[in-house]
Amino acid sequence: MSPTTLLILLLGLSALAYYVGRRRAFAVAGGGAGIKHLHSRPVYYGALTAVWCGIPALLLFGFWLMFESSIITHLVVADLPEAIQNLPEARINLIVNDIKNLVSGNIVSGEVDPVMQAAADHYRSLQSTSTAALAVCAIALAIIGIVAARAKIAPTLRARNVVEKVIKYILIACSTIAIFTTIGIVLSVLYEAIRFFKIIPVTEFLFGLQWSPQMAIRADQVGSSGAFGAVPVFLGTALISAIAMVVAVPVGLMSAIYLSEYANKKFRAAAKPLIEILAGVPTVVYGFFAALTVAPFIRDTGSHLGLGVSSESALAAGLVMGIMIIPFVSSLSDDFINAVPQSLRDGAYSLGATQSETIRQVILPAALPGIVGGVLLAVSRAIGETMIVVMAAGLAANLTVNPLKTVTTVTVQIVTLLVGDQEFDSPKTLAAFALGLLLFVVTLILNVIALHVVRKYREQYE
Amino acid sequence: MNNTENITPHSKKRPERTLDIVNRGLARRYRAEQRFRLYGLSAIIASLLFLSFLFISIFSNGYTTFQQTFIKLNVFFDPEHLHQESLATADYQGLVKRSLGSMFPDVKGRSDKRMLYGLVSSGASYQLRELVLKNADIIGKTQAVWVPADDDVDMLIKGHFDREAPEAERRIKDRQLAWIDQMESEGRIKKKFNRAFFTSGDSREPELAGIWGAVVGSFLTLVVTLILSFPIGVAAAVYLEEFASKNRWTDLIEVNINNLAAVPSIVFGLLGLAVFLNFFGLPRSAPIVGGLVLTLMTLPVIIIASRSALKSVPPSIREAALGVGASKMQMVAHHVIPLALPGMLTGTIIGMARALGETAPLLMIGMVAFIVDIPRGFTDPSTALPVQIFLWADSPERAFVERTSAAIIILLAFLITMNAAAVVLRKKFERRW
Repeated sequence: MSPTTLLILLLGLSALAYYVGRRRAFAVAGGGAGIKHLHSRPVYYGALTAVWCGIPALLLFGFWLMFESSIITHLVVADLPEAIQNLPEARINLIVNDIKNLVSGNIVSGEVDPVMQAAADHYRSLQSTSTAALAVCAIALAIIGIVAARAKIAPTLRARNVVEKVIKYILIACSTIAIFTTIGIVLSVLYEAIRFFKIIPVTEFLFGLQWSPQMAIRADQVGSSGAFGAVPVFLGTALISAIAMVVAVPVGLMSAIYLSEYANKKFRAAAKPLIEILAGVPTVVYGFFAALTVAPFIRDTGSHLGLGVSSESALAAGLVMGIMIIPFVSSLSDDFINAVPQSLRDGAYSLGATQSETIRQVILPAALPGIVGGVLLAVSRAIGETMIVVMAAGLAANLTVNPLKTVTTVTVQIVTLLVGDQEFDSPKTLAAFALGLLLFVVTLILNVIALHVVRKYREQYE
Repeated sequence: MNNTENITPHSKKRPERTLDIVNRGLARRYRAEQRFRLYGLSAIIASLLFLSFLFISIFSNGYTTFQQTFIKLNVFFDPEHLHQESLATADYQGLVKRSLGSMFPDVKGRSDKRMLYGLVSSGASYQLRELVLKNADIIGKTQAVWVPADDDVDMLIKGHFDREAPEAERRIKDRQLAWIDQMESEGRIKKKFNRAFFTSGDSREPELAGIWGAVVGSFLTLVVTLILSFPIGVAAAVYLEEFASKNRWTDLIEVNINNLAAVPSIVFGLLGLAVFLNFFGLPRSAPIVGGLVLTLMTLPVIIIASRSALKSVPPSIREAALGVGASKMQMVAHHVIPLALPGMLTGTIIGMARALGETAPLLMIGMVAFIVDIPRGFTDPSTALPVQIFLWADSPERAFVERTSAAIIILLAFLITMNAAAVVLRKKFERRW
């Protein structure tokens, strides 16, 4: 029985349990008129039975599937001949991969030897045993649940309270997923990053000026030594983000000011959603736009002016990223400008200030903390933006602040190091996780500061 | 005389009043006001210009994809080469070549012939094969068949190649040009609706590549995302808004949610790679893993939107429900959630739209593979629409620029539909209390 069928069957059983429980409740109450003697309404008895039937079985189902594959692999590896078991771990992983490919009928690398075939058959038989055992256990658990719950149903059973408590625990569990996600991110990135730092010292990573992660695959290969000094990558990220901010902050802020202070209702109603479309365009579209239209345009303009512009210049990527961030800055600033109390404006007008003087000398200073928070959030988004730079910025890690040259960013490096590469113990792959850790930490700090500032600011005028 | 002059009011030196200072500066201040206003307006115009420039550049590049150049071949289904027992593996490529050869009998020499055969897409032989397999009666007859032209011919017909460029820089050589012109004058070249683009999977040949595989992959991924993120998101929002007491624990959850909403999406890809693929051993490139990663990414969006929807339900509703004896759970389930549902759905649609356009995390979990087959289940290898765009954008052929733009048009159409649905939903069910 496939897991999907089993899942559907378990859900069906729970639905059945609901009806069994409800009917039982009517029965113990002595028909429709006796309902008032029940502690809870009959649906709660039904729900209680369904809970007893479904939740233990589904938990079993989940845990089983989670650990099934690794346990079976472990068993199969333990049964392999001595000679294979003594191989280094990387080789064993390759063999396990081949066995799994044999099992699922994919193409296998190299010859299929009888040992592998035997292992694959072993794997297959273990898998079918496990699936059958899971089905039997889960269904048995579900039926026991139904029977037990049905036997417990009595007019004095406080079914509603139990069901509500269960629901509440489910709600709590759902709300903690955010915490588990954060923990998962930190652990997964940290674990691989620590492995990386065992090979490459942290100081070299953080302060080294050379970045060329291509490692020699064989020891006798020449040419690629691998250098993991990430400063050029950081500088490239900072450069592109800075260009993006130079575009996004003035344009976003000025359009927010115009929309909230000058524009009439009609203009605002038309222009605001249009600007927000910019925020809804997927980043891969911006990347394509940058690579296809903006970068060649900048290169051609540059060569007309006699400047040597690289075709993957930081300027093109930064410019397009800035366009992407405009609506972000604009809608946040709009919120903060609107939050400034009208009395401050009225005060300034009554002193004879013009509208622009009011904005510049009263409203902007009052809204400044919020706007700074918004800009910090925008910076964090620019640093973490991936597709635009992957498609429009280069791979060469040049240590330069010239926006016409090619630079690379943290996210570009993560993508190029991880896409297509499967070896998980070379520093090249692990370096991506180290960069990821850094990216996560930096954006986390920016976000925490920004969210704190924004919250403080919101409270100030409430 | 001098005295009388001195006492005329005009020349009398009067102490300067504040109003004068103000008046003197007024013109300058008004000009500054005008300037400031102009800056604001130009900022808006600039962003709208960017927007229209983006759309115009994509549309003008992409709309031609919806048509594809076809060449009419008079194919003689030669019984000598099509044996009844080996129809599936017969030499259909040869059929195509012979029909081209019969059209231009004076083409001799290897390189010339290769140039001639290059005019027709390699998909033509599959098309003939399907024709024969469907209807074996045509063997022995001659039939006119419209087959797709090669992408270079397609680009030439659509006017993306410069005929005047020197021959060495052109992908279509002078001889081929002559053949194409001859076929065009004979009415053998026509542009027809490009069905392959909407019905087939990826291909190395631009004229055969389609987006259907990517659309199905995106759909499967989004189904997983929706099934997981909507119930979990709503449940989390309900707990935080209706049940949780304000303490350190709920503060921590809140900070976490707000922060996750701003974590770069690629970090979620790293999480998916390390946890779902390496730890749990789920299959690479599968929609189920993509869906899981996108779920974690969209959850904060849905939770935040659902919470604000719950907040907007007035307390009087809650008090009334509690007042007639409902339990807290009943009050929430029977009254608060139904009233907040439109807002929650709006948030979910917006979250889904964002998930649909997301590329970076999918790259990390291997959904960038070159996959020709249409995925049929949640664990089949597949790609997604934005990833397909990324892959095509990397391809050097000119024809793929067109396909990429067309795929973007399709993606944008989906996104606009979803966002419009969200707006309609909000307009229709929005209640002011």
